[in-house]
Amino acid sequence: MALLGQYLVGGLATGSLYALVALGIVLLYRSSRVLNFAHGDLATFATFVAFTLLTTFRLPFTMATAGSLAVAAVAGAAFYLLILRPTRDATLLGIIVITLGLALVVNGAVVQIWGTETKVFPFPLSDTKVYHLGGVVISQVSIGSFLAGLVLMGLLYLLVQRTRIGLAMRAVSQNLVAAQALGIPAKKIFALTWGLATALGACAGILLAPVTFLDPFMMVDPFLKGFAAAVLGGIDSMPGAVLGGLVLGVAESLFGGYVSVKFKTTMAFLIIIGVLIVRPEGMLGREYKRRV
Amino acid sequence: MADSKSLLNVSNIETAYYGRLTVLRGVSLEVRQGHIVTLLGSNGAGKSTLLKTIMGMIPDQPEKGAVEFAGQRLNGRDPEDIARLGIGYVLEGRGIFPELTVEENLRLGAYTRQSGTDIAGDLARTHALFPILQERRMQFAGTLSGGEQQMLAIARALLMRPRLLMLDEPSLGLAPRLVAEIFRVIAEINRDGTSILLVEQNARMALGVAHYGYVLESGRLVLEGPAKELVENPNVQELYLGVRGELSVKGYKRYKIKRRWA
Repeated sequence: MALLGQYLVGGLATGSLYALVALGIVLLYRSSRVLNFAHGDLATFATFVAFTLLTTFRLPFTMATAGSLAVAAVAGAAFYLLILRPTRDATLLGIIVITLGLALVVNGAVVQIWGTETKVFPFPLSDTKVYHLGGVVISQVSIGSFLAGLVLMGLLYLLVQRTRIGLAMRAVSQNLVAAQALGIPAKKIFALTWGLATALGACAGILLAPVTFLDPFMMVDPFLKGFAAAVLGGIDSMPGAVLGGLVLGVAESLFGGYVSVKFKTTMAFLIIIGVLIVRPEGMLGREYKRRV
Repeated sequence: MADSKSLLNVSNIETAYYGRLTVLRGVSLEVRQGHIVTLLGSNGAGKSTLLKTIMGMIPDQPEKGAVEFAGQRLNGRDPEDIARLGIGYVLEGRGIFPELTVEENLRLGAYTRQSGTDIAGDLARTHALFPILQERRMQFAGTLSGGEQQMLAIARALLMRPRLLMLDEPSLGLAPRLVAEIFRVIAEINRDGTSILLVEQNARMALGVAHYGYVLESGRLVLEGPAKELVENPNVQELYLGVRGELSVKGYKRYKIKRRWA
């Protein structure tokens, strides 16, 4: 029983990070119908920026994080304004190729600037300091990243559902032409959404760094999992992204614990295939209907 | 009213889709301050294209000609900038935000306004004009009936406090009682001082409220004049009002409309 609890807790901690990655992907897909394959690499880049601010410039953790998020937000907004907006009449496939290209460019830049050897990310919470809660062992990092994930999700919810700018974001994503006819500055809203989503990815990267260590390919696996979580939850649903991330994290952890660690990723994707056979739109996604 | 100032001036515009398919061929039109101007025409005449061209919603168009609003040139501006100059545009097929509540839809109408400008007062006036919207305040807009959605779209555009309201077929697909209701509202909005450019297929109702009218056919203006004169025009009567026609079946079969303007 204690073992089950252990796997559940571990799964939720990983799952909340998958959920953060998934939220960034869903945010962009909902607003601009773009699947951003550069999401993971932009997050890696931002995490390395935080690393440099921490080690070279010796900034305190909070300031380094703030700096890294600001860089990520500017990079995301710039990518939208300079590249995606001029090419907005391209087909869906064309835009996917553009984001894939950006992923390669960013990854190349990271390798060029910081090299390929693995680095240790100085995180204020410890991986070895653990707490015992009724037979379940939880590391400080796990608790910290899980809580940080929850707080970020809560803030995102408030921003999208409760603020004027969030209302405009939802309007632009539901009916762009009508939003423009009301004078809502769609270009600014899109740029803001890109900045926000990229910063969210950066948060996920920074929270993952103490667990996975820093290397240019650290986000490849979390990005794929986040993407899978987004599909699992329903690619246009934000609660779906959170649920998908948590379900995926827990399923992986249980399978890894009871059956086989080697095949835990395989298992995760089997679950996704199973869910999509039963509910093609994902767990919380809307049924596919052509919106007129 | 006859000598009121010109608000919207469209002069000699040509619009093409994808740079090839020319839809408007030299259209000139004017909306004077405080007037209701209606634009009549059958399907595919280019009525909606004209409104989209004015709003800057067709990229790189108009190819030729100029659009001026309150002395400012609109050519080449973004739709959101044009809207901010004071043009409210109610799209054909309503263009509401289906997954936002009625209230959120209305709040977005006032999005561009400064917070000090008595939005609450305008909201109350809107609710007086459309009581049903107050009743349905917390409902998702997508769950409203067609007529209610149309009212929501008009109410939302009014909250921008536009100087010119452009309506694209507001009576489309509505029951006759609702059509009468919509036109009553249009007349009332105009009485409060908003100029209106009304695109319609329901010529009888449109000419009933309008001061001035234009008839568009295949991208060209073929007739214009005060609404009272258009109602009397034999061509308009035959083609858009369905007043005259042959009575005997035999005569009807042989009957072919002669358009004197074509």
